[in-house]
Amino acid sequence: MNQVTPPPAAPLGLLAELTHRCALGCPYCSNPLELEARSRELSTDEWKRVFSEAAALGVLQVHLSGGEPALRRDIVELVAHCAREGLYTNLITSGVGYRPELIAQLAEAGLDHVQLSVQDSEPGSADHIGGYNGAFERKREIARRTVETGVPLTINAVIHRANVARAPDMVMLALDWGAGRVEIAHTQYYGWALPNRALLMPPRNAALAAIAAVEALKIELHGRIAIDHVLPDYHANVPKACMGGWGRRTLNVTPAGKVLPCHASESIPGLEFWSVREHALGDVWRANPAFQAYRGTGWMKEPCLSCARREVDFGGCRCQALMLTGDAANTDPVCHLSPHHDRILSAVEADGVGEGAPAAAYEYRRFTRADVVG
Amino acid sequence: MTAEPAGLADDARPKLARGVKLKRDGVRGAWVLLAPERVIQPNPVAAEILQRLDGVRTVVEIVDDLAQAFQAPRERIDADVRALLSDLLAKRMVVT
Ligand SMILES: C[S@@+](CC[C@H](N)C(=O)[O-])C[C@H]1O[C@@H](n2cnc3c(N)ncnc32)[C@H](O)[C@@H]1O
Ligand code: SF4
Ligand code: SF4
Repeated sequence: MNQVTPPPAAPLGLLAELTHRCALGCPYCSNPLELEARSRELSTDEWKRVFSEAAALGVLQVHLSGGEPALRRDIVELVAHCAREGLYTNLITSGVGYRPELIAQLAEAGLDHVQLSVQDSEPGSADHIGGYNGAFERKREIARRTVETGVPLTINAVIHRANVARAPDMVMLALDWGAGRVEIAHTQYYGWALPNRALLMPPRNAALAAIAAVEALKIELHGRIAIDHVLPDYHANVPKACMGGWGRRTLNVTPAGKVLPCHASESIPGLEFWSVREHALGDVWRANPAFQAYRGTGWMKEPCLSCARREVDFGGCRCQALMLTGDAANTDPVCHLSPHHDRILSAVEADGVGEGAPAAAYEYRRFTRADVVG
Repeated sequence: MTAEPAGLADDARPKLARGVKLKRDGVRGAWVLLAPERVIQPNPVAAEILQRLDGVRTVVEIVDDLAQAFQAPRERIDADVRALLSDLLAKRMVVT
């Protein structure tokens, strides 16, 4: 062997899942089915060390997420620490479970951006989807407080069968609440979204109508609000560049300190993810075999191997390939060139039926799964 | 209808909007512009302009300063500055 693998370029972003605790129970939640208990969460000092190491490694933006990151009692201290390290901080929040006054304290500590999730533009439906009465009104208050501080606000709306008809209304809600940016994100089927897929998948027509309406608003509202549109990949022909490529741009730290290339990658068997409790972040990024496993294009099989798009989408999502084909090294079946593409088509056909809120009950995200409790 | 970005008066004092930060990235040895969910690597000309958006200097002063510093024709600098600023104003990344 005379070939030396060059060290990977420095990561740009860090997703810090500060806790899995959350007041809401969204049935599409991307968190893993096995949630991490509070007793296993990293301490304040451990998180501070992670953020300092991230800054030294070249990370520029930190996304404080979860669960609900604002449930951490040290959230202000952690934001202040990131600010001191010169990191750009983004709070990804449900807006529920903490005092609204916290927003002003976070702004004071140097918070750069707030991304607030809203379940629906219809309050009753929003509260039903999150499984929490009064959540919608609390979110409105958090939005108001954020705008008051001057910290820019993004509204994030996850789209599925119960709210797909109101995707454009969610853009208008964001404008009304003073957001400079809105994300209309069609549900990605991982975490809790997978067991709930039959209740979440909208009919193809409804998804296409929502996409067209939101695209029209992009033009109409140009210069007033930025619209980021995350299209549903089950209705696409080529996959997304999941995470911008495995181990290429970002890393993710779980509440207990495991470092992952993406928040869903723990579902892939055979990969051993290192923890910040035992390793420095830079060592994980450079040397953890799990990060090398699907980095670049060397691991690819056909049809990706000889495809012109292999450095555009990096063969799509490894977790989706695993879930739907049984092998994480296969082409993402969303791709029309995948020999397993029919599995996507049949899932859309089987699950994408019915209009409006589903009649059956969601399996809400909970610390102990309902079917395990029995 | 497309909303027109606000016109750029000579005496406007542009600055980066809240939530938008220009930073010297020590690891990559380059300037980076950080915004919600975005990392932009400005080209060298843009980086020089961005460093002067302090909310104190006017557009004219910025152009004069750059023309002086780089011994370049004023008209060309003026065009570069206005093109960058109107783009960033439309994206709400700069305010006046
Ligand atoms: C897991 S949440 C954690 C932060 C906080 N609890 C919240 O909901 O904003 C992170 C972000 O992912 C979005 N999200 C959750 N599940 C998703 C899915 N299956 N597909 C797409 N986006 C999802 C949420 O709306 C939120 O903006
Ligand atoms: S997506 Fe919903 S359930 Fe999941 S962490 Fe966010 S608010 Fe909680
Ligand atoms: S074959 Fe692979 S690289 Fe080519 S478009 Fe499909 S997923 Fe992307």
